[in-house]
Amino acid sequence: MENLELLVPELFLFVWALLVLMIDLFSSKRSAEVPAYFSMAGLVITGFLMVIFQHGGGALWNGIFVADHFAFFFKIIFLGAAFFAVGSSFGVVGRMSHHRGEYFSLLLLSTVGMMFLASAKELITLYIGLELTTIPLFVLAAYIKTSRSSAEAGLKYMIIGAASSAVLLYGLSIIYGLTGTTSIYQVTINLSIHWLAYGDVGPAFTVAMMMIIAGLVFKLAIVPFHMWAPDVYEGAPIPITAFLSVASKAAGVVAFARIFMGMFIAFSSNIMAPRDWGSIVALLAAITMVVGNITAIRQTNIKRLLAYSSIAQAGYIMVGVVAANTLGIASISFYLFAYLFANMGAFAIVAIFADRTGSEQISDYAGFAKSSPVLAAAFSVFLLSLAGIPPLAGFLAKYYVFAAAIQAGYTWLVILAVLTTVIALYYYANVIRLMYLTPDTNPHHIIPSFPAGMVVILTVAGVIVFGILPQSILELALNAATSFAF
Amino acid sequence: MIEQIVFYLFAFVIVASALAVVTMRNIFHCALFLILCLFTVAGIYVLLSAEFLAVVQVLLYVGAVAILMIFAIMLTSKLAGREIQMSNEQTFIGTFLSLIMVFGLVVSFSRTIFRLSDEVPPSESTLAIGRLLMTDYVLPFEMISVLLLAALIGAIVLARREGN
Repeated sequence: MENLELLVPELFLFVWALLVLMIDLFSSKRSAEVPAYFSMAGLVITGFLMVIFQHGGGALWNGIFVADHFAFFFKIIFLGAAFFAVGSSFGVVGRMSHHRGEYFSLLLLSTVGMMFLASAKELITLYIGLELTTIPLFVLAAYIKTSRSSAEAGLKYMIIGAASSAVLLYGLSIIYGLTGTTSIYQVTINLSIHWLAYGDVGPAFTVAMMMIIAGLVFKLAIVPFHMWAPDVYEGAPIPITAFLSVASKAAGVVAFARIFMGMFIAFSSNIMAPRDWGSIVALLAAITMVVGNITAIRQTNIKRLLAYSSIAQAGYIMVGVVAANTLGIASISFYLFAYLFANMGAFAIVAIFADRTGSEQISDYAGFAKSSPVLAAAFSVFLLSLAGIPPLAGFLAKYYVFAAAIQAGYTWLVILAVLTTVIALYYYANVIRLMYLTPDTNPHHIIPSFPAGMVVILTVAGVIVFGILPQSILELALNAATSFAF
Repeated sequence: MIEQIVFYLFAFVIVASALAVVTMRNIFHCALFLILCLFTVAGIYVLLSAEFLAVVQVLLYVGAVAILMIFAIMLTSKLAGREIQMSNEQTFIGTFLSLIMVFGLVVSFSRTIFRLSDEVPPSESTLAIGRLLMTDYVLPFEMISVLLLAALIGAIVLARREGN
């Protein structure tokens, strides 16, 4: 009999998502508050359940479900992103006339999918986890029915998502054809046997790997597979955009790490290096950082600016993935953790601002610091962390990613990355300049609602505290990296 | 030998009907060709002695998905019996890339050694699949139910008319 206790956190969150639906049905108060607070409570309880049931580690059904440090670390990121997304959703959901409970329920179901994905060391489970992550997000992106751009976002995201899933699945099926197994561990062994027997794994393996890379980087919005991201990010409700840019990206990174670090690790050594996927990913990372940052400069809509900035951020994450060593995994884990606070916080401010003023234009942030000094200061902290300014968490994140890449011998990539952060600093600083140094044309003294304010306080605290005292998180991240055998 | 002839016959029908799906100008005909395509895929499954998959393919894809599409087409007054634009200015580049893809796949597959299992196919594949779904693969099996539930909730939310 398998030790099913390991599954408690995931099952709990699933049941909780259904309860959120029920609560919304029976609550007499027609508002967003009841299901939203209920969802936040569920996410916190899930976090505690994870510490109780999954911290010790363990595996079920030969690796279909694995509770290792890597999964644990990323599940914390997913739960945190969902928590902050729910916290900044009060305004946008409050304005909807219908389906408030379903909104939160779908958000929780997507989080359940991510948690299963993080624990999957088997290709079918991994794929279903990925689908469970994205399908609720298609609906959430199209959730504002009165807005054309929201409908466009949902449709675009669905078509791109379906197409990229098909490509990914084709790649995975070729891997199955080559090895006769879907267990990631067994695939590695069978590929090595194949290699020893024939001296080569054949060009079909290259094709499969290209397809898997293409399918996953579509989901990660890596250039040149990024063209859907700005439109989707602009049209979707702001908290969903935030969730997409953090949690969905982290989920893509998890899938990438599981497949490439877990499965093909045998082929990144010097003895067996027939298909160097590292250089493909390095090239993609380089293009992504350059294109993402340069395009961000011209944006006039704050959501599009953050969309392009998150494309660029995915490029930096890929720099850590390219490194493909212990420090690499630890650095991308830490990077995503820091990115969670900075990006969710930045989007929370954008949501608060849009809730009050109805505007998403960067020019409307002129003089924001005079009318709402606290929010403007918090926004500056988030933007500076995204840019990678010490002593904020974003600085250390970039530092470790670059260190990992240098250790792996990708010095040219790191030089390029540092150069692009200078560009990034320009457009982040431009928003800060606008808030502090321009006269206030139409003053908005904004006092956020309690949950939105709490999200801002928590994320600011995260960005600053983990920038100054990163030790505990770094240890967790290094632990996470030990889940892969290098 | 006879098996190979049947396979290539099926394969030809699949490719031809799939091409018809994307090139026919009447969307109703497209749907019919899609049914033919899916049905022939079920034939391939039978050929590979995967009877259960074949039955599921016919039941779900031909029986449910394709019929649903036909319903949708017939109930959408703008679509039924109308000639529609099936291509845009990207047809040329799309065809070109598809041909490259086909060429690449054929070349790489023909040059790869696929290690085949030497076990005989189980005579009762349905039993074996059912047992696996309820033991080793019970988690992904149940996750699909969650996935369907999420899709269901999402579809209802999107389809419902807003207001009042």
